[in-house]
Amino acid sequence: MLRSSQPLTGPNRKRCREDETLLGTVLDEGERGFIIDTRSAQAAKQSRMTGGGTEPKSSYPRWRRLHRPLERGRPLQESFIKLVEACNDTSINMDRWLSRLESCRWLSHVKGALSTACLAAQCMDREEASVLVHGAEGTDTTLLVTALAQVILDPSCRTLAGFQGLLEREWIEAGHPFHLRCARSAYSHARLKQEAPLFLLFLDCVWQLSRQFPFSLEFDERLLLTLFDNAYASAYGTFLCNNEKERRVGREVGTPRCLCKVKESTHSLWAWLNQPGERKKYLNPLYSHNALVIWPSVEPQSIQLWQGLFFRWIRSSQYLDEAWAEIQQLVEGN
Amino acid sequence: VENVRLLDRLSSRKAALGTLYLTATHVIFVENVSETRKETWVLHSQISSVEKQATTATGCPLLIRCKNFQVIQLVIPQERDCHDVYISLIRLARPVKYEELYCFSFNPKLDKEEREQGWKLVDLNEEYNRMGIPNNYWQISDVNRDYGVCDSYPTEVYVPKSANAHIIVGSSKFRSRRRFPALSYYCKDNNASICRSSQPLSGFSARCLEDEQMLQAIRKANPGSDFIYVVDTRPKLNAMANRAAGKGYENEDNYSNIKFQFIGIENIHVMRNSLQKMLEVCELKSPSMSDFLWGLENSGWLKHIKAVMDAGIFIAKAVAEEGVSVLVHCSDGWDRTAQVCSVASLLLDPYYRTMKGFMVLIEKDWVSFGHKFNHRYGNLDGDPKEISPVIDQFIECVWQLMEQFPCAFEFNERFLIHIQHHIYSCQFGNFLCNSQKERRELKIQERTYSLWAHLWKNRADYLNPLYRPDHSQTQGTLRPQMAPCNFLYKFWSGMYNRFEKGLHPRQSVTDYLMAVKEETQQLEEELEVLGERLANLQKSQLNDNKVKSKQQDRSKQLGLSNSNNSLANTPQEYSSDLKSFPSRSPSQGDEEDSALILTQDNLKSSDPDLSANSDQESGVEDLSCRSPSGGSCLPSEDSGKDSDEAVFLA
Repeated sequence: MLRSSQPLTGPNRKRCREDETLLGTVLDEGERGFIIDTRSAQAAKQSRMTGGGTEPKSSYPRWRRLHRPLERGRPLQESFIKLVEACNDTSINMDRWLSRLESCRWLSHVKGALSTACLAAQCMDREEASVLVHGAEGTDTTLLVTALAQVILDPSCRTLAGFQGLLEREWIEAGHPFHLRCARSAYSHARLKQEAPLFLLFLDCVWQLSRQFPFSLEFDERLLLTLFDNAYASAYGTFLCNNEKERRVGREVGTPRCLCKVKESTHSLWAWLNQPGERKKYLNPLYSHNALVIWPSVEPQSIQLWQGLFFRWIRSSQYLDEAWAEIQQLVEGN
Repeated sequence: VENVRLLDRLSSRKAALGTLYLTATHVIFVENVSETRKETWVLHSQISSVEKQATTATGCPLLIRCKNFQVIQLVIPQERDCHDVYISLIRLARPVKYEELYCFSFNPKLDKEEREQGWKLVDLNEEYNRMGIPNNYWQISDVNRDYGVCDSYPTEVYVPKSANAHIIVGSSKFRSRRRFPALSYYCKDNNASICRSSQPLSGFSARCLEDEQMLQAIRKANPGSDFIYVVDTRPKLNAMANRAAGKGYENEDNYSNIKFQFIGIENIHVMRNSLQKMLEVCELKSPSMSDFLWGLENSGWLKHIKAVMDAGIFIAKAVAEEGVSVLVHCSDGWDRTAQVCSVASLLLDPYYRTMKGFMVLIEKDWVSFGHKFNHRYGNLDGDPKEISPVIDQFIECVWQLMEQFPCAFEFNERFLIHIQHHIYSCQFGNFLCNSQKERRELKIQERTYSLWAHLWKNRADYLNPLYRPDHSQTQGTLRPQMAPCNFLYKFWSGMYNRFEKGLHPRQSVTDYLMAVKEETQQLEEELEVLGERLANLQKSQLNDNKVKSKQQDRSKQLGLSNSNNSLANTPQEYSSDLKSFPSRSPSQGDEEDSALILTQDNLKSSDPDLSANSDQESGVEDLSCRSPSGGSCLPSEDSGKDSDEAVFLA
């Protein structure tokens, strides 16, 4: 599986031999590949006007392009804000709750993300084809798909250590702009242009997987909530800045100041999480290594609202916590 | 009929080819594939509707919809055969006489005494005794001993001490269907009670002294409070409309010391339509999130569930927190009243959250109080306007509570699903007819078997591993938060998409934890035995022979032999086997099928396929089929793929 950003085909249908060669060498003799473009066909076409575009079939003959539009940017942030508002609204009657939930579109985004990740996984696992994933910039929906696909495909990504590695690789090092995307969250009136909850959407999708495959993830919901918290505000430097360059050398003079030399000036979230005393709080008592691919159901009935996150401060989770404590005891007792 | 295809709902590409059989009691589809010869059995009683669709190039489609929400799509090659099957099924699914029902031919191979014992498992007299009755305030009355006062009530009713026969009879004449106020639940901690009845025949201005005295008697039976609540579970408009027909509701001016309250649960017709609409949503092919949520809201189903629940919560609060007695009624007092009283009882009393207690609750508030099972669930062909998912809604309320309070119930989701299944299956006699009177006339207990005995026998399948009698959630009253809680009401895909394997979590946490629990118990017992052996061996210098025989006796008791060390060696493999628990694969038997297996056991008990299936159904692991690595024995993780493939590449 590869990821990139969009090719700069532009309105004049530019070509690039190096790019074509690169993608050509990825494929073995007789093998074909799939390009999963996370923009709609129309949006991808329109991007040519501003210098972007898609890979033309003629130049990339062995690659088949599939469009799976995923929401990103402002609309995704709006979706998040609306959902949080709906969850906080105590005046909604049962007769209007579901349509209100639907109008937020958040669950549709979860369904879309899971479906696309499963598609990528399917191409690799079933079709035994290589996959290239990109959207426009390659920093948002692209990473959502590649990271999620790996959780689906690869049992090692479902271990606590493997999952951390996945996050480092597919989100942090890959350059998801955390500083811009996870700025103020849902309550802020600031409505920053660059803010969008892609990372939360990813965590939500992982939570859906944990519900559908309760034995297959080594970590539990508490880890996902902790990651959500730390992406927005953290005592640790792991999610700081927007990319590796900023984390190492900081920004240029004249741009907003940013902490540089993150590795020298801050502590790593992973170091804290992996301490034996901390680590055990995030383990799933039901975990047992599952060597197979986990294929989730993306039917609407299978996708649920992540109560543990969206109602976290609104409603006590006491009874569910007690249930997990029971499970823990049963397993440990054995 | 040969060469029939059974289509998979989620993936129209997946179709099984096989032969369709129609028997006196079942429709059976047997797959041609020689290794598995998978069978799909459907009881005629379960068939809700049969739809013949337009003939296509591939054949003539026939859609069978079941009351347990199974949907079977068949394609029959010849139109004539399809028509014959269609006509037959229509007739078979609409029995005219009780004797046509499966329960009269079902034979679980028990003797007469066992059958009787089965029926005695749930004893309502014992239940009222458990509540603390009879006592100073409540007594049993035999005024209805020949069903002379009310033919839909049981022969034994519990009434306030100060309500004599004259008052009861007088009150019954002022109540719709003669269903006078009678006791449903008594709380011995504070003497508050839940009573139930039907609507008074008050019209605009009619009064009845005895009925007013009856309510006073209920109030007086609770010295801790100077008033009672009268809860009308209907929407106000409906109740008012009833007045024009000479019925209605209690006027606070006429009945001293009552506080009247409308709760607003819709009637059986609204509920029937609501379910219909929800099932239509379930039948959508690859719906978007939007389609689904809109469709679900449009059906109003969860709204109605919440309304029933809220009513139960109100009554439970009145009893537990205010110590005030409540009289509940709707129109006839056999639908919404039953729902609301049983939900309230469940919230109030942890006994009803045990397996036995739940059976007792259904016997009490549904069976004995004359809920019209025949009319509502179509045992016999009848008026379609009487059909309504009343008890289904109650069962769903229980499930919703189980989701909110995972440690509070002794039984699990499977228990609820199997009960619902058998309310419609007519395989057992508990839910036949419309009243106790009718059941006795038909001699149900002598001619059929009790579901409760069957469930009780298999209770290991129905336990909730998280239940502990000493857990805080199992003590006292359950108090669900009233708001905000819309989001707590989830769509119950375990029930309404029960047969769509691809939709559910592949691995059953319940089954895994039960197995863990059992194993821990076994290991602890083994530990005890070994400990004793050690102690005995250490004393062996004292008395050699005596000790040896003692040892043997004890280990015989536990079914272990002295030389059997295999238990000590198996924990490692066992737990890895446990963890590679067989998830539900579309191609394997499922625990859901155990309801169907009952019939298979009966009719074809020597069939080797069935015995393999029944091991899985009962949750007993067939260890020989599992490899320690767990790798090759989780086919379902991957076999779900086919249904998903269509989705992803669509």
